[in-house]
Amino acid sequence: MGGLQKKKYERGAATNYITRNKARKKLQLSLADFRRLCILKGIYPHEPKHKKKVNKGSTAPRTFYLLKDIRFLLHEPIVGKFREYKVFVRKLRKAYGKAEWTSVQRLKENKPGYKLDHIVKERYPTFIDALRDIDDSLSMCFLFSTFARTGKCHVQTIQLCRRLSVEWMNYIITSRSLRKVFLSIKGIYYQAEVFGQPITWLVPYQFAHNHPTDVDYRVMATFTEFYTTLLGFVNFRLYQSLNLVYPPKLDSKAEVELKTESEEDYAMDSESYLEKLAALSASLARVISTAEEEEAELDQFPADGEDVEALEAREKQQKEQEAHKRLFEGLKFFLNREVPREPLAFVLRCFGAQVSWDQSLCIGGTYDITDQTITHQIVDRPNVDQKYINRYYVQPQWVFDCVNAKLLLPVADYFPGVTLPPHLSPFVEEKDGDYVPPEKLKLMALQRGEKLDREEEEEEEDEEEEEDEDNDEEEEEEEDEEGEEEEDMDDEELADEKNLKNMEKLKAQGKALSVKVTPGKAKIENKLRTEQEEKAEEKRLAIMMMKKKEKYLYDKIMFGKKRKVREANKLAAKRKAHEDANKAVKKKKTAKNQ
Amino acid sequence: MPVSSSEVRQNGTMSKAKGKSVKRRNSEEDEEQPSFINSDGEDDASKEEEEDLTDSEESVFSGLEDSGSDSDDEDDEDDEEGESDEDAPSADENGESSTAAEASEKQSPAIGTKDKAQAKTAARKEGKKKGRSSGKLEQESESTRQPTVSPLVEEYEQDTSDEEDIRNTVGNIPMEWYKDYPHIGYDLDGKMIFKPIRNKDELDEFLDKMENPDYWRTVHDKMTGTDIRLSDEQVDLVHRLQRGQFGDVNFNEYEPSVDFFSGEVMIHPVTNRPQDKRSFIPSLIEKEKVSKLVHAIKMGWIKPRKPKDTAPQYYDLWAKEDPNAILGRHKMHVPAPKMRLPGHEESYNPPPEYLPTEEEKLAWEQQDPEDRKLNFLPQKYPCLRAVPAFSRFIHERFERCLDLYLCPRQRKMRVNVDPEDLIPKLPKPKDLQPFPTTQALVYRGHSSLVRCISVSPTGQWLASGSDDCTVRFWEVSTARCMKTVEVGGAVKSIAWNPNPAISLVALCFNQSMLVLNPGLGDKLVCSTTDQLLSSYVEPEEERPQPVQWVTPEGKDHEKGIRLIINHPKAVRQVTWHGKGDYLASVMPDNSNMQVLIHQVSKRRTQNPFRKNKGLVQCVSFHPIRPYFFVATQRYVRVYNLIKQELTKKLMANCKWISSMAVHPAGDNVICGSYDSRLAWFDLDLSTKPYKVLRHHKKALRGVAFHRQYPLFASASDDGSVIVCHGMVYNDLLQNPLIVPVKVLKGHAITHDLGVLDVAFHPTQPWVFSSGADGTVRLFS
Repeated sequence: MGGLQKKKYERGAATNYITRNKARKKLQLSLADFRRLCILKGIYPHEPKHKKKVNKGSTAPRTFYLLKDIRFLLHEPIVGKFREYKVFVRKLRKAYGKAEWTSVQRLKENKPGYKLDHIVKERYPTFIDALRDIDDSLSMCFLFSTFARTGKCHVQTIQLCRRLSVEWMNYIITSRSLRKVFLSIKGIYYQAEVFGQPITWLVPYQFAHNHPTDVDYRVMATFTEFYTTLLGFVNFRLYQSLNLVYPPKLDSKAEVELKTESEEDYAMDSESYLEKLAALSASLARVISTAEEEEAELDQFPADGEDVEALEAREKQQKEQEAHKRLFEGLKFFLNREVPREPLAFVLRCFGAQVSWDQSLCIGGTYDITDQTITHQIVDRPNVDQKYINRYYVQPQWVFDCVNAKLLLPVADYFPGVTLPPHLSPFVEEKDGDYVPPEKLKLMALQRGEKLDREEEEEEEDEEEEEDEDNDEEEEEEEDEEGEEEEDMDDEELADEKNLKNMEKLKAQGKALSVKVTPGKAKIENKLRTEQEEKAEEKRLAIMMMKKKEKYLYDKIMFGKKRKVREANKLAAKRKAHEDANKAVKKKKTAKNQ
Repeated sequence: MPVSSSEVRQNGTMSKAKGKSVKRRNSEEDEEQPSFINSDGEDDASKEEEEDLTDSEESVFSGLEDSGSDSDDEDDEDDEEGESDEDAPSADENGESSTAAEASEKQSPAIGTKDKAQAKTAARKEGKKKGRSSGKLEQESESTRQPTVSPLVEEYEQDTSDEEDIRNTVGNIPMEWYKDYPHIGYDLDGKMIFKPIRNKDELDEFLDKMENPDYWRTVHDKMTGTDIRLSDEQVDLVHRLQRGQFGDVNFNEYEPSVDFFSGEVMIHPVTNRPQDKRSFIPSLIEKEKVSKLVHAIKMGWIKPRKPKDTAPQYYDLWAKEDPNAILGRHKMHVPAPKMRLPGHEESYNPPPEYLPTEEEKLAWEQQDPEDRKLNFLPQKYPCLRAVPAFSRFIHERFERCLDLYLCPRQRKMRVNVDPEDLIPKLPKPKDLQPFPTTQALVYRGHSSLVRCISVSPTGQWLASGSDDCTVRFWEVSTARCMKTVEVGGAVKSIAWNPNPAISLVALCFNQSMLVLNPGLGDKLVCSTTDQLLSSYVEPEEERPQPVQWVTPEGKDHEKGIRLIINHPKAVRQVTWHGKGDYLASVMPDNSNMQVLIHQVSKRRTQNPFRKNKGLVQCVSFHPIRPYFFVATQRYVRVYNLIKQELTKKLMANCKWISSMAVHPAGDNVICGSYDSRLAWFDLDLSTKPYKVLRHHKKALRGVAFHRQYPLFASASDDGSVIVCHGMVYNDLLQNPLIVPVKVLKGHAITHDLGVLDVAFHPTQPWVFSSGADGTVRLFS
């Protein structure tokens, strides 16, 4: 017949993948080194399409890497550095064993190190790529910067992380690119838009960490090693794009101001500089000190196929964004000592406010509590001892809610000691059919500009509000009633049918029916209803004609949809029950009062 | 010391009373003694003497140190002797030596010890002699008196062997060598030492053992062949050595140790050696090395080590970014999905509906951490101040890290389909009217399930056969039961003759098939039918037939039964040919006689098939052409009756066909099956189903085509009849259009059986269905 017999698993998918152990053998690395290399180079296992084929007929669970990825690792210069380091450790150990302290010293001085610059460039060929993937590195850096300087990782790493995170925050402030903030129970989520990329990061609350034992810090440290490098380069580039000096320097004006105030507190200049930067209260120095923003107005060019409306919409959106950026402009805030200083200062400064705090709290406070021009004071205690009449006292949630709502919310709900309105996540975008909490509906109404109603409502008494609520409920009930009507109709029909069936049964049993003439009812034909029914039946019949595959898919989709609806209904029911309970309590109270 | 050994004999009886002075002198003499002897024998002895003298002189002048060192050697020698000694010093000797030691207290302690050793040696040499002194003067004189002995003495002076008893001079050899000789060696004078006469045999030995109280301390000396009785001291010594103690009773093993190097600062150095000269002169080699280094530094060859800058350097990495410089592997790159963004429930102050109730909390805690929908419990805090740290923060970050580098990634195509798009676009049922929509009439009367129904070709009458062994004839429009015919078994199948000119109904029960004239409708038709049947003339030659044709008489005839065809086995189905003359019956079993075709006019029966090709379920005639459809469990075979050959075999793709219907045009066939499928075959298209419908939930029992309207219906055990629009176009290129138009419900499900048969009205778009609930229903 001719031709060689084709052997199995020598072509196709089986040759494109390699198991982890084989890869390790090929690279001649220990597992720890292999892991480190994978982390640094961003190599991850792939799930083959046909696992059995790739696994050469076996179904044992294995992780597969792409052979190309592993080949690509073969020529990585860092592998050589790993080996060098291994040799260094061996030499050092030997020197220690022999108590040759001079050679220990010499070896330590010549400790081999490596740089990750080329890897960053390789993994992110363009700057935008890097920005897209910076979420995790930011979260990690912010976490590491909150670590205590105990043995969990190197002090230098912590300091570097702190430095980079402070640089990042300063950039966000200067570029005013913060968009959303969310106070969750895990920490504070921030979302910024840098170069058109939404970047989200999570910062833990300022507490000492309870270091878990089942976490491998070496893995985390390796990730951090890469992330710090990446973030450093990204920061550099970002600072460059804004004409800022990197590493960041305070504006000369601000520097002078700060210096006069805090000479005695901080002994070392070098140490206090980072603190001053971290205070986030001063603006940064620019490479070319130009006279404030010279924003050239951008010409608008309609894109292909974009009509005037879309253009207008875009313009409108841009205007809104500009307004959002200047949300707190002109306002002067003072942070009480019990509120978290850093996040608040960061958020407020991002939207153009002036912030200060108590001198004893942190370096960098620019004005005192007694300043008469302060418009808002952020307080997180039930009552304030000394009140100034010309400023609002609000709880910190007000700031975050304002940012998410993109407008200054009425402060009345946020006075100290008041039960706060729920804090909603700005990341949820409800599609139709999803459950929307009533607070969000109110907020949306506010955003649409229905302010007047709201104000009126506020002016009026609680009872009115109650009435409103009643109205709302009535509306809901109406809706319900509609549904019920349908059900009623159904009920009637059902009853009729039941009657008929009974009669049939009696007939079947051979019993004489009690002859009775009942006045007939004129059946009102509900056109809409019949139409709907028709449509529903049509659909049902059409579904019958579906192909097997499509039917399966359709059923799956419908199942998911139904589940969503169920969940939404559940939430709504819960809310209703809660409100009912609240109302009952209120009524009781009023009754008691009377 | 050989000197002492020579001395011993002359020792005489020197009294101890000689006094301390004598003793002291003796010791001094002792010191000088070796030199004295040497001077006798050797030339260079004088030098040694001088040295010795000087030493001694020095010892006098320079005190402890030197004299100590000097005496050490001798002391050692003595010790050796003392140790190898077997004899213990006698008690009084000990006393003497101790006195001597006391006497020489003022002198060095070393001398004292030496003296003592001297005394011991003396004692050892003369085991038996007791009182004796260590007067050396006499010894001296002795030595001078006996010059002949002196060379011998000298010889043994050099002897280092620890041989003590040198009465026998053979040396340290195995004594067996002298076993055969009368002597055992030679004494100092070279004379043979004879073995003592030993005539002790075992008995003597034993007696000795028994009688001699000192037997236990008697030792046989091999060298001399004598028995030695150990003295008390010697026995004591042996005991001490056995116990691991020192041989010397007076030796104190636990003397307080004196540190040579103590913590106290001494006024004198340990060694008195002066420092070297080189320690005062700067090293030349070092100087050379230093100057070389200095030169190198001056020349700039060596640079001082810079402190390493550990802070990372950042620069514009993407200064020359090239978007096209994407590596090959990036084609397969699957970017890690971003973290899910938090919802309202993660807020520190969520709306109340997001807070879990007690049950939900409990359920959450009992769930496995992997199964949880949320990895935290929503909680509400009254103010920001009250929010604690999230305990699993580091865990979550770590898990994210693990996901990033350990989790296998795969590109998954997410189906983003609007479910409405999946629903096929079909014409609206409204546009496909007429079709039966509502239940119009219920025909009641049967007391058991109605297995089969058939409508007369005029559409006026309906016949139904039931398990209660009756056949009922109904008027369609009034639901009135016109006639009831009792038969001898459950009616399996019933079929009205399709020829409107003949009024006949065929039905089957058990093993027989009846042809019945219901006598309904046009009297003329009935009578002509009767005439037609009675006009049959039996042929002359009787041909053997597989069945028995019987013409009933009397009562049966009055009932309307015109013909009885008795089959060999149970008959399941009957069906008429379109012309109304031929009749097919099905007897499902394993023989080749499953299908029979009867000709009523000639009362003839034939078996068309020679072979059994599976269990036949149902058969049907082609409405126009001479084709015959036979449905077995899986296949439908189409035979050409004229050519007598198989033309087609349709694969039904189902497990068990239950029913079959042929389209009035004859090109399409539908098959219902017990696995709830309905297969539509287009005979022109393929032998596989053109379309398979799975719209019923349970097994299909019956299918039917409408004669005029493009409708077909299927009856199923789920109690419903589904009417579909099945349009067959004359254009061969256009495939039939199948649209389900109505689901008709009405029959109650009894004993898991729903609708058993379905039939269309020949002219109206009405459908009849018979059910297990004993009713026949008309839907119009």
